Amino acid sequence: METILEVKSLNVDFGEDRIISDLSFTLEKGESLAIIGPNGSGKTVLLRALLGIIPHTGEIVWSKDAKTAYVPQKIDMDRKIPLNVMNLLQSKAQILGIKKGEVDSLIHRLNIPERLLTTSVGHLSSGQMQRALVAFALLGGPNVILFDEPTASMDMAREEQTYELIHRLQDEFDVTPIVVSHDLNFVSRYSTKVLCLNHKGLCYGEPREVLTKEMIEKLYHSPQRFYHHIHESEHQH
Amino acid sequence: MENIQLSSLILAVCISALAGIVGSFALMKRMSLAGDVISHFALPGIGIALLLNANPLLGAAISLAIGVLVIWKIEKNSALATDAVIGVAFTASVALGVLLTPSEDLLETLFGSFPSHYGAYFWIALGATLIIGLIIYSLRNKLVISIFSPELAQSAGVKVSKINLIYFLIFGATILLGLQFLGTILVGALLIAPAAASRQLTSNLGSSLFLSSVFGVLSVITGYLVSTRFGLAFGPTVVAASALIFFITLFKKA
Repeated sequence: METILEVKSLNVDFGEDRIISDLSFTLEKGESLAIIGPNGSGKTVLLRALLGIIPHTGEIVWSKDAKTAYVPQKIDMDRKIPLNVMNLLQSKAQILGIKKGEVDSLIHRLNIPERLLTTSVGHLSSGQMQRALVAFALLGGPNVILFDEPTASMDMAREEQTYELIHRLQDEFDVTPIVVSHDLNFVSRYSTKVLCLNHKGLCYGEPREVLTKEMIEKLYHSPQRFYHHIHESEHQH
Repeated sequence: MENIQLSSLILAVCISALAGIVGSFALMKRMSLAGDVISHFALPGIGIALLLNANPLLGAAISLAIGVLVIWKIEKNSALATDAVIGVAFTASVALGVLLTPSEDLLETLFGSFPSHYGAYFWIALGATLIIGLIIYSLRNKLVISIFSPELAQSAGVKVSKINLIYFLIFGATILLGLQFLGTILVGALLIAPAAASRQLTSNLGSSLFLSSVFGVLSVITGYLVSTRFGLAFGPTVVAASALIFFITLFKKA
């Protein structure tokens, strides 16, 4: 298998605080990585470092043909901003020199309804915003998409749709997903690799092998709830 | 209509069209207050220039440039207490400006006027308006994405900090262009009021920029007609017209 991402001895500091310490892992093409860990463990910071938008030391080496895109958890913006979804997509398309036909075909492939395209970005529900952000990310044909807690504050039905969407991106768009998630059910169903992060990398490998009761206890300090999650999902398989 | 009046009106119309667009982005960036502060940075520069018998617009340009860089730096470094710094800088520059500006020039500096002669300034200002318009047109997509989400813009390869700096310089230059007509106190309104009115009516970016520009031009023309008809000051009449348009749009919300 071909390596798409290699992280070696990664450190990220915010002032005096070391947010990520001596982290190393390797991801192969065609895999799907989940990053888990308690709140404040450095998961979002890791995504930003991987995207190269915050300073770090150590090495982050993407393969030559890797093209990354990002789907953030939420957007902090003025809700009255005069900008609809189509404006947003067109802005990125024009920067990248993507033709209108390609934008239209992407919109078609993602089944984004016309009504959503003309909706102001300030009036989108969290699910609609996510679809818009996924479309935005897919413009330019990335082969890696980093998702920051895509199912945060969603009900179970929406969660399921989001997982299906990420799965579809992997199958139909040849995208390697890197997903920060709190949901161990998702991790064990859809990810081929999991990284347990609490400032340091505590585990890395296939979910079934590395997500032991001891590891989850060590990571979250509350084993019961999460351990049940994994067992439930194992029964589902 | 005399020639000089016509030249002034043409220039004021072009500048207001530009200000509508620049102001729309300012509102999207949630910097309408910072924008007002930036315009007041011109005051000490004008005061010093008048004291030194230099061109007041040159003084305004220098102090605006400094003000713009300070605001840009503050925005970049979120560790600073933005509100406090802006508040102090704002009042300090007004105080300093009023102290420095000779009293016979103060009213014009604060509220603007139609110039009595032009020379080369007319063409320079018209050219600058056009160039700034072209720059903001070419940057619009990067600007929009940077405003929507700086981290998303960065992940798409947009140099957000550089785009912000260019935008702030454009903002400062637009204020400089409007100073002549509206003065330091009122010029901010030409950037903010038309933009605030247009966003009441549409959520489409293109329509919003266009409407904002139209409202700016409409304010200037209304202001000109009313001020000449009733012998009122031009600047305050324009600002009153722009505020009236804004209040009308509040009732016609889409």
